[in-house]
Amino acid sequence: MKKLSAAIVGSGNIGTDLLIKLKRSPWIEPRFMIGIDPESDGLRRAREMGLETSADGLKAVLEQGVRPDIVFDATSAKAHVRHAKLLREAGIQAVDLTPAARGPYVIAAVNLEEHLDSPNVNMVTCGGQATVPMVYAVSRVVGVRYAEIVATIASKSAGPGTRANIDEFTQTTARALEAIGGAKRGKAIIILNPAEPPILMRDTIYCLMEDASSATKAKVLESIEQMVRHVQTFVPGYRLNREPIFQGDLVSISIEVEGLGDYLPVYAGNLDIMTAAAVKFGEEYARHRMQVASAEEAR
Amino acid sequence: MSYRYKIEITDVTLRDGMHAVRHQFSVEDAKAIASALDKTGVAKIEASHGDGLGGSSIQYGFSKESEEDYVGAVCQTVQRSQVVALLLPGIGTLEDLKRAVDLGIRGVRVATHSTEADISAEHMEEARKMGLDVVGFLMMSHMTETERLVEEAKKMASYGAHCVYIVDSAGAMLMDEVRKKVSALREALPDDVQVGFHAHNNLGVAVANSIAAVEEGAYRIDASLAGLGAGAGNTPLEVFVAACEKYGIETGVDLYAAMDAAEDVVRPRMARPVLTDRTALTLGYAGVYSSFLLHSERAAKQFGVDVRDILVELGKRRVVGGQEDMIVDVAYEIAHGREANADGPVSFVHRG
Repeated sequence: MKKLSAAIVGSGNIGTDLLIKLKRSPWIEPRFMIGIDPESDGLRRAREMGLETSADGLKAVLEQGVRPDIVFDATSAKAHVRHAKLLREAGIQAVDLTPAARGPYVIAAVNLEEHLDSPNVNMVTCGGQATVPMVYAVSRVVGVRYAEIVATIASKSAGPGTRANIDEFTQTTARALEAIGGAKRGKAIIILNPAEPPILMRDTIYCLMEDASSATKAKVLESIEQMVRHVQTFVPGYRLNREPIFQGDLVSISIEVEGLGDYLPVYAGNLDIMTAAAVKFGEEYARHRMQVASAEEAR
Repeated sequence: MSYRYKIEITDVTLRDGMHAVRHQFSVEDAKAIASALDKTGVAKIEASHGDGLGGSSIQYGFSKESEEDYVGAVCQTVQRSQVVALLLPGIGTLEDLKRAVDLGIRGVRVATHSTEADISAEHMEEARKMGLDVVGFLMMSHMTETERLVEEAKKMASYGAHCVYIVDSAGAMLMDEVRKKVSALREALPDDVQVGFHAHNNLGVAVANSIAAVEEGAYRIDASLAGLGAGAGNTPLEVFVAACEKYGIETGVDLYAAMDAAEDVVRPRMARPVLTDRTALTLGYAGVYSSFLLHSERAAKQFGVDVRDILVELGKRRVVGGQEDMIVDVAYEIAHGREANADGPVSFVHRG
């Protein structure tokens, strides 16, 4: 079995963490790392790991004729708008880790297989990967008329891309709470906390339910627990801080995400859940592509 | 008499004051207060949800009125003053700001935690392009060393701020600290960028701190009628104006009009008196965000724990503005005890 070849665009925190995870993948081989700063730590690490690197940006690399099977974009929403067009023209599968949202949303724990044929998929945001599964866990039991999430991350885990994309973060996450989480209306808030030592990523998820009978609450609790176990299969550090609290028709869920410590230390669970979700999609896509290829061969 | 200093006051009754009434001011309340404020001659009037544009939420409390109705009513009522709004990137967005500009606001105060100025770049640059008066608001300034505050203030100035504020969100600063931090900003920022100061009265020194700030070169000072604001409230406008008169600080505010507005218009609308009770005092003492006051009292009741224990623990964890969700989690932990960690599937250990 031949692995799919991958390029990572963006050599910041997310790109570098993704690189370390892809190195372990049985399905994907990261072969190119593309940045804009030749001195960046990410590009240096990629060189050390034997990848081809470039500091000239995606456009220049594509013009040289480089054609990976799949490109992970970990730059910024603004840059991805340009990259999406370039990749579409080159016929390369794009996995977008910025909140640009050019393609359909993929939340790894909820709709991993829904968009395998879409040439560009959007991984929403770290807050989305962490909180949408909880909203979905509630909405698959009972209607959710409003979902609100508060994502708190350590300042140190928010690089310049994340900081320049604060509005896109809240807007894209809110839309994913609706489109994938199943809430009728969604709102997202993000807070940076500079405490030392850095705090683990934590998220509070509030859902206003259309029915709050005790039978419903019991089912919601069970559904939440199931979902936590499911997310843990690919993000082992994902857990509840406390039991969900019910108050009238409101349920409040509090989670934290401890990272694997691949690039940044374990506090950066926000990096971990984002890159783990992207790898999960990439591998699913690789499997899918091979199935399609062998089906065509058989024909 | 001749004045030694000239300053400009921004009134925050209709914004910070919203915390003290759980964001429940009606359009009628807003109009009455805005009209009374306009008559005082105060330079600027801030109006929005307590947590700024887009702040209406489960996390911070839903507003009684829509933003459009509330901010719109203030803009339509006010004739002399400039109406401004608060925006916290991460809560409100540029879209929210554009809507507020359409309603008639003429300035925006972009607030970040005092170490996170760079998340305000886009909002400030765009606000400047829209022709707004732009203020940078460094929240929880007591948590951050002077040198770092200077760095962050310079960033905000580079994004286009006309003025950068030292914001004592926790009411935890005393006069020496105010002097040090305000004078450092004044010294480091270009002459055409003003310095501002926003106080909370949790340690009973809001007026004294504000005067110290003026002496160190602050040009803009925040105040609110009868001190209505989060925690033990803000610098009371009427008290501050009277003190400024005696001290030789020109504010442009009519003292009697401010007294009347506080007494006749705002006091009857208070959900509870603004005072330095044990909870508000603990905020200042522990260095906790003033808006946590009512949320903490509610959580203390819900979980049967002492509100002071919650606040002191939050202070220890260096929780920042906006983290109201931590209140319930900390109250829950205190109520359930740490031993819950040992035998349950759920981990309560905090590593922050």
